[in-house]
Amino acid sequence: MPDIPASQSTTEHEVPTAGAGDAQMQAVPVEVPVAEASAIRRFLLSRGNSAIADRGFHWLMVLCALSIFGIVILIAYELVQRSQLAWAKFGLGFFFSAFTDPDTHQPIYWDPVNGHFSALPFLYGTVLSSFLALLFAVPLAIGTAVFLTEMCPQRLRGPLAFLTELLAAIPSVIYGLWAVFVLVPILREHVNPFLVKSLGWTTLFNDDNPTGLGYMSAGVILAVMILPIISSLTREVMSAVPGSQREAVLALGATRWEMIRIAVLRNARIGIVGAVILGLGRALGETMAVTMVIGNSTDLPGLLKNHSLLANGSSMASVIANQFSEASDDLHLSALMEIGLALFIVTIIVNALARLLVWMVTRGAPAQRN
Amino acid sequence: MRTGQNSLRSKYRALMDGVATGLAILSTLLVVVPLIAIFIYLIIKGASSLSINFFTQIPKPVGEDGGGMANAIVGSGILLGIGSLIGIPIGIAGGIFLAEFGRGGKLANAIRFTADVLNGVPSIVMGIAIYSLIVVPTHHFSGYSGGVALGIMMIPTVCRTTEEMLLMVPHSVREAALALGVPNWRSVLSITLKTASPGVITGCMLAFARVAGETAPLIFTAFGNSNWTVNPNEAIAALPLQIYVYALSPYDEWHKLAWAGSLVLIVLIVAAVSLVRYVTSRGVLKGAS
Repeated sequence: MPDIPASQSTTEHEVPTAGAGDAQMQAVPVEVPVAEASAIRRFLLSRGNSAIADRGFHWLMVLCALSIFGIVILIAYELVQRSQLAWAKFGLGFFFSAFTDPDTHQPIYWDPVNGHFSALPFLYGTVLSSFLALLFAVPLAIGTAVFLTEMCPQRLRGPLAFLTELLAAIPSVIYGLWAVFVLVPILREHVNPFLVKSLGWTTLFNDDNPTGLGYMSAGVILAVMILPIISSLTREVMSAVPGSQREAVLALGATRWEMIRIAVLRNARIGIVGAVILGLGRALGETMAVTMVIGNSTDLPGLLKNHSLLANGSSMASVIANQFSEASDDLHLSALMEIGLALFIVTIIVNALARLLVWMVTRGAPAQRN
Repeated sequence: MRTGQNSLRSKYRALMDGVATGLAILSTLLVVVPLIAIFIYLIIKGASSLSINFFTQIPKPVGEDGGGMANAIVGSGILLGIGSLIGIPIGIAGGIFLAEFGRGGKLANAIRFTADVLNGVPSIVMGIAIYSLIVVPTHHFSGYSGGVALGIMMIPTVCRTTEEMLLMVPHSVREAALALGVPNWRSVLSITLKTASPGVITGCMLAFARVAGETAPLIFTAFGNSNWTVNPNEAIAALPLQIYVYALSPYDEWHKLAWAGSLVLIVLIVAAVSLVRYVTSRGVLKGAS
């Protein structure tokens, strides 16, 4: 530190005659560099060798970044470890087969008292509720995205987009609360009787469940919950479609809808599929709201005898949330852990696939080929 | 003949255009309606059962009037504090690695991908993993385990937003710092990170708001507690957990408390998100960038 004022005073000494500014500017570069450079060097050396600190900092950051790997591996390890018992006892049949009662010849899927466990009813519940959710959510999400990116007046766009994003900020448990006290009564009093009356012949709807809970309610609340993510990602890939594409189609005399169909939707379709799959990933793992409205029955309605969409059921996530804290024996706990592991693996695959698709579109290359 | 066909065709096309526009507007309405319905219900139901007791008292046994969620609010604060202490530093450090050191490298791509995957892991799975990692070895439910679960869930969001924000800082800023002889670590922390701080803070707040409402990872870790406790080494209450328990109870009194709790929770979350939006858009923090 003390060197810097010293070097400044030298400068003044060596150019004592320079009164005008530019004369000084000319004089300084000739004389000073040597003195100043060594001053900087000394100043830096006085601060210690930064190479060690730099390397330490670098490795600290690498360590933190690697901890993300560590977390995923740790989760996988714990789940695999704790589900060993169920895996050893049931093997792959855990997900596909059921125990048959020797007396009644009825299949038994989930009987913690006698130690019979099969994840089949929960696989069915998860797949069915997620499928229903996508069925309701996808058209709405795409419609909203189309409206917001292509049709909406500029003034409305910001607030509406903010509103749909706000849907994503509402916690799952509040959706559940709303579903239990508002949505389910509406479905029970008005929608379900109507469905039974008008579509009862498809055998997909029957009225032997008076609670209003069940797969259908779970599907509807899931749809509301996954709408924002699908819609915002769809908007993102739609805005990635170059404006020239739109202009080209419009210049050929297309109406606005034809322009959207030909230029926007077709170019963005891979990304939209990615967004839908990402929404599916959310729906598969969603826990609280589903647990509150799906009815929590551990029976499989049976594909042949009664496959009503209005029946009570359970999803993979909801059965864990419901039974984990009261699971008394190791096998029960282990079976629940195995369901958790399956959920973990499935959501990883689904998310990886979705990211890949969205990434392909927003990074360009494959979209250009269309 | 030709013109007739053409005009028919153009009428059809105009019709299709109108139908599509109508459907798009309709679906937007259908998306906005549940949102508004949820908010109206929350405000009406929640405000009518909200009182000063809610913030000052702990839950009372069924049948007794009054009672509140003071313990759950404080418990949520403690859990979120522990979670932020774990999630924010690791997340920011991970983001710094991705943007400053690993840019374009294989390791960085792998980590980025893993962070996205971790973001998609269902929270209930996180809950049972932390249960078997911390609760089983220590033999009791604890606030620490709940905090760790929330912290881990914050990491990917914080990490990815930090990376994105750091990438937006112009190279010339870094070069200027390095040219002055500032060590690299100092340049990253007090120049690059500081320039990107509004965005990084937004990311942290969003992650915070997201885990503030999480229930699933807390059921088997923090577990909930109807007594007053601030000791993170025992089972501790949390606002979302309490809402869940009360919502599924058969008592009207508790349903009211659940609505009030939801209103408080959503107000906290929306306030956090909007505050960040306001502050960053008003440029109070923008001075740095």
